[in-house]
Amino acid sequence: MKCKKCKENAVLADPALCKKHFLSYYEKKVSDTIKKYKLISKSDKVCVATSGGKDSTAVLYLVQKFLKPKKGQLQALLIDEGIAGYRDHTAKDLKKFCSENDIELKIASFKGSFGKTLDKILKSGRIRLKPCTICGTLRRYLLNKHAKGFDIIVTGHNRDDECQAVMMNLLRQQTEILARLGPMTGMAKRKGFVQRVKPLYFCSEKETALYALLMGFDVSFNECPNIIDSYRADVREMLNNHESRHSGAKQGIIESFIRELPKLKKQYSGSGPAICVKCGEPSSDKVCGACSLAAQIRTCSNTVRI
Amino acid sequence: MEILIEKSGMKEDILFTGSVGQLLSRLKINPETILVVKNGTVVTEDEKLNNKDTVKILSVISGG
Repeated sequence: MKCKKCKENAVLADPALCKKHFLSYYEKKVSDTIKKYKLISKSDKVCVATSGGKDSTAVLYLVQKFLKPKKGQLQALLIDEGIAGYRDHTAKDLKKFCSENDIELKIASFKGSFGKTLDKILKSGRIRLKPCTICGTLRRYLLNKHAKGFDIIVTGHNRDDECQAVMMNLLRQQTEILARLGPMTGMAKRKGFVQRVKPLYFCSEKETALYALLMGFDVSFNECPNIIDSYRADVREMLNNHESRHSGAKQGIIESFIRELPKLKKQYSGSGPAICVKCGEPSSDKVCGACSLAAQIRTCSNTVRI
Repeated sequence: MEILIEKSGMKEDILFTGSVGQLLSRLKINPETILVVKNGTVVTEDEKLNNKDTVKILSVISGG
């Protein structure tokens, strides 16, 4: 297959583009998303939530490229959950990337914040929640806490991640959570909540992997070992199977969702984060999910520092 | 043809002539979830393969 813009061999079939034209296409798509949804402004202090994986490394690279930040304007933030054989590898890749690109990197860990690594929390068997639920709750808490002082948190969520989130919440009838999705998360600006934005919103997982590969980013393409029995993994497989038979299905979901999103945000604009009475972080309940979990972790440890 | 499926770590020599798409079909791999690198270059599903090629199949699904 030849590139639709020149005579070189294509590296991607849809759209058919060679390496050079694919890289331009991908970067333009990200840039256009940032501009259209006003995700980042030139004066913003930006915290990029990074894992060392392909998505967050790509978005970190592009934010630095587009923003051309002054000293102190850009920070990478890694939440180290403590997943042996996985996070230690991606953290090593991230440290190298940040060092080579002169990007400040801050690391916050579950062990330092809650007294235990995720591996140990799961091994204790005391918390009867799925690994992704525990990890996601604690990770979001630490992201917001350690991004204080920044205007926005940039995440590497891609189109496939968003499609999965839309489908999961539809299947579970969680329309209020649906209203928090989109290129700019949340319903409205809330005290204590650092706005999260997703510049890769319209880039597929495959496109993002291809971008990372062609750019030569030193990233691993490994999956978190805990995702195997997750609901997300099932939804992801369903969507990938459907996409392979009906090309354009995922894009269709996102386009439809984006059209309906303003109505959802309006409908749920009165609800949203209040303040957790224990830690002072944003919460939809009196006590936030992280504090509830920390209390459960405390039953098997006395070193919770929340 | 030498073939490496990075996700599973499977590496073996197989006899195969045909397109990348036909190889993926034979291996029961969903094209939506992978990138194919032939002799060091990323290729599309219509690319022809022969027994002298080295093929690497990378999973695009990473993270959690």
